[in-house]
Amino acid sequence: MEAAMGLMRRMPPRHSETTLSALLSLLPHHSSDLLSQVDLPLQVLCDVDSGKEFILCEYNRDADSYRYYEGGISSVYMWEDDNEGFVACFLIKKDGSKTGHGRRGYLEEGAWDAIHVIEVGPEEEGATRYCLTSTVMLSLTTDDESSGTFSLSGSIRRQMNMNLAVADGHLCNMGKMIEEMEGKLRNSLDQVYFGKTREMVCTLRPPSEVAQMRLPDS
Amino acid sequence: MAEEETELSEEQKKEIAKWFLLNAPAGEIQYVAKDLKSVLNDDDVYNEAASEAFPFYNKSHMICLELPGRFGDVLITSYGELQDNEYLDPKTAQVAIVDHVKQVCTEVRPATDEELPSAYIEEYRCALEAEMLKYVGEAYPKGFCSVYCINGKDVEGPGSDFEFVVVISAARLSPQNFCNGSWRSIWNIEFKDDIQILELKGKLQVGAHYFEEGNVQLDAKHECRDSTMFQSPDDSAIAIASVIRHHETEYLASLEASYLNLPDTTFKDLRRKLPVTRTLFPWHNTSQFSLTREISKELGIGK
Repeated sequence: MEAAMGLMRRMPPRHSETTLSALLSLLPHHSSDLLSQVDLPLQVLCDVDSGKEFILCEYNRDADSYRYYEGGISSVYMWEDDNEGFVACFLIKKDGSKTGHGRRGYLEEGAWDAIHVIEVGPEEEGATRYCLTSTVMLSLTTDDESSGTFSLSGSIRRQMNMNLAVADGHLCNMGKMIEEMEGKLRNSLDQVYFGKTREMVCTLRPPSEVAQMRLPDS
Repeated sequence: MAEEETELSEEQKKEIAKWFLLNAPAGEIQYVAKDLKSVLNDDDVYNEAASEAFPFYNKSHMICLELPGRFGDVLITSYGELQDNEYLDPKTAQVAIVDHVKQVCTEVRPATDEELPSAYIEEYRCALEAEMLKYVGEAYPKGFCSVYCINGKDVEGPGSDFEFVVVISAARLSPQNFCNGSWRSIWNIEFKDDIQILELKGKLQVGAHYFEEGNVQLDAKHECRDSTMFQSPDDSAIAIASVIRHHETEYLASLEASYLNLPDTTFKDLRRKLPVTRTLFPWHNTSQFSLTREISKELGIGK
């Protein structure tokens, strides 16, 4: 399994679905482990009855049909767990491409998928323990005449644990945690996506101002 | 999942194994190979996949191998390929014999006269190579470059067209920092004798992989064209190097610009830093919001 996760970390993120299905066919006996540990971009379906869109994921899957709590491009699913608490899963999907909801029209292709899973423990002395695991998957591609194709994609995952007073209500506690986490993840993406990969490009070929200083006067 | 579900055939497993190897980011194929062997658990299938995938990967990434005997380095490219495992290093006129799967050069031998260009061509090639080595030495902290004649290598004198390829390959591998990257340039240069023009076509490709807390990859490509006059070997070389330098510098600047623009343009389309109200979401008041709206709707109080 460790080797499988290693491969997931090296294959291009844009091909994560192909990678996962390749691993599933090579390791059929590990399919439940693979499916629960690997995050893929979210898929949206439209509910026939209410005409609202909802998000598909492992948690609302029941054989081949998907149950839903709320429509739109965010969905929430909840279920009880074995420790007298419950688990909530908040899913968010944004398509920022030109043809999707991107208003500025730069992105040829762009998607933000967020999966937040919160395990809520049983209440103890007025407080509850919340354990949040969040994964954000991002992909963006721009394509134009002057600069060619530029494509950044990938995913990062973080965890956060908090003990909060129940008096404020679960929704409030979970909402604040998710907001804080998404903020942290967005900043991380700023540093990771933009920072490290940009740093690497400049390391491969430092900007010309540096190189020019070494050129003889022409 | 039912146990009797179709077992993968050897051929299918091999294709999947090849896919993993071919998609390894720059400098990471050995790590991918290690994980793959573990997942596959079938050495025969792995070996067959590796023997097919490694040569393709090595040539497409234009890897650089050390020549035994202090001859320097050789770039493994399709342009320099004489046979399956033999690669010409035009600079030293040596031929490297290579083990693709181990990614090492096992032997080296001098190139034969038939494998080398004519003296006329070599004058141009050598002059261009000298200029390119200067450029690459200045612009790329760790770059390698080769100039091959891919058409017309036996041309004896003026009156015929010929074609060169300039290849630049730079990689920064820092696995301990979970970060690897590569820059590849391929410049085709057609020397058109009748119109005395050189036509250049460049393909630039940059990749970066950061995997400390996840898996983030940059994949950027660009194509460009230019032309310049067909001159003496030395003057042509200087002109070509100057065109290449100009386009590559411009491309780097446009990559920088893409990065600078992202936060305010494209990224914002995906997720803003703060909600449109510029304050964090009022979690305490949400229920109030929707309740009011619902009631208004029910009572038909329009707004």
